Amino acid sequence: MILGLDFPPISHLVEWPTIFGSGPFAVNKVVLLMWASVAIVFAVYFIGGRKRELVPTGAQNLAESTIEFIDDQIVMQTMGVEGLRFTPFLMTLFTFIFVCNIWEIIPGIQMPVTARIAVPIFLALLVYVIYNFVGIVRQGPISYLKNIMFIPGVPWPMYILLTPIELITRFITQPLSLAVRLFANLLAGHLLLVSFAVITQALFEATVVGAALPLALLIFLMGFEVLVSFLQAYIFTILAAVYIDAAMHPQH
Amino acid sequence: MLHTLAQQDPGELVQGLTAVGRGIVYGGAAIGPGIGIGLVVGNAITAMARQPEAAGMVRTTMFLGIAFTEALALFGFVLAFIISG
Repeated sequence: MILGLDFPPISHLVEWPTIFGSGPFAVNKVVLLMWASVAIVFAVYFIGGRKRELVPTGAQNLAESTIEFIDDQIVMQTMGVEGLRFTPFLMTLFTFIFVCNIWEIIPGIQMPVTARIAVPIFLALLVYVIYNFVGIVRQGPISYLKNIMFIPGVPWPMYILLTPIELITRFITQPLSLAVRLFANLLAGHLLLVSFAVITQALFEATVVGAALPLALLIFLMGFEVLVSFLQAYIFTILAAVYIDAAMHPQH
Repeated sequence: MLHTLAQQDPGELVQGLTAVGRGIVYGGAAIGPGIGIGLVVGNAITAMARQPEAAGMVRTTMFLGIAFTEALALFGFVLAFIISG
C-alpha cells in the first residue's frame, strides 16, 4: 500500500502460471512469446530472402533495411570490413532482442520476454563463448591470455593493479553487465508501465477526470518504451561487436 | 526510542529496514551514473555541434559510453530487488 494504492508485488508482474508441461519443461506465457519471437524473426528473413526482387517490397524491404542498418551502423563503426562476416550473427541477435522487447508495448500482451533473466543470460553467454572462441582462434590461447593480462606500453609495476582488473573485466564483468543491462532496462520499463497503469485505474475509479494526467503519461511512456526496446537491442548488438573486435585485435 | 522499538514485532522492523535499504541502494547507485551520463551526453552534443559531419561517429561512441556508465546504475537496480528481509 502506497498512498492508498494497492501495488501488486513484483512477483505477480513477471511470473506467469504454467499453461502446459511440468517441471523444467513447463511452458508459460513468456516461453510462448519467445517461440513467437523466434518464428517472427525466422519468417521475416525467410520470406525476405526467398524472392529476391530488384525493387524490394514488404518483408524483403524490412530484411534489407535491417541488414543495411547493422552493416553501416554497427559493424562498420566498430569492427570495420573484417567484421562483415559477423553480420548474420549480429543481425539475428539484434532482430531477436528487438522482437522480444517490443512485446512490452503490444496491447493485450504487455510482457517483454527479456524481463526474465534467463533470456538475456543465454544471449550474453552466447556472445561470451563466441568472443572468447574468436580470440583463441585468432591469437592462439596463450597470446590471447597474455594480451589480456599484460597490456603493452604500461610500466611494469602497474600490472599488479591492471592484470586482475583486466581479467575480471573480460571474463566476469563484460558478460554479466551485458545480461544485466538488457534485463534491468526491460524490467524497469515494465514496472514503470505497470505503476502508471495502476495509478490510472485507481484514479479512474475514484475521480474519472483525475485519470487524465497519468493516462497521458502512460501513453507517452509507451512511446518512450519503443525507443528503449530499440536502443537496448542496438546497444546489446554493438557491445557484442565491440567485444568480438577486442578479441580479434589485441590492444596496442 | 529503544523501548518503542523493543515493543514492536521484529518482522515489521526487518520489513521496514529492508525497504529503507532498497531505497538507499538504488538511490546511491544512481548518483554516479547520473553525473556520468550527463557528462557523456553533454560532451557528445558539444562535439556534434562543433563538427556536424562527425555526428554519426560521435553518436555511436556516445551510446557505447552511455551503456558502460548506465551498467552501474542497473546493477544497483537489480541489487535492490535481491535484498530481502
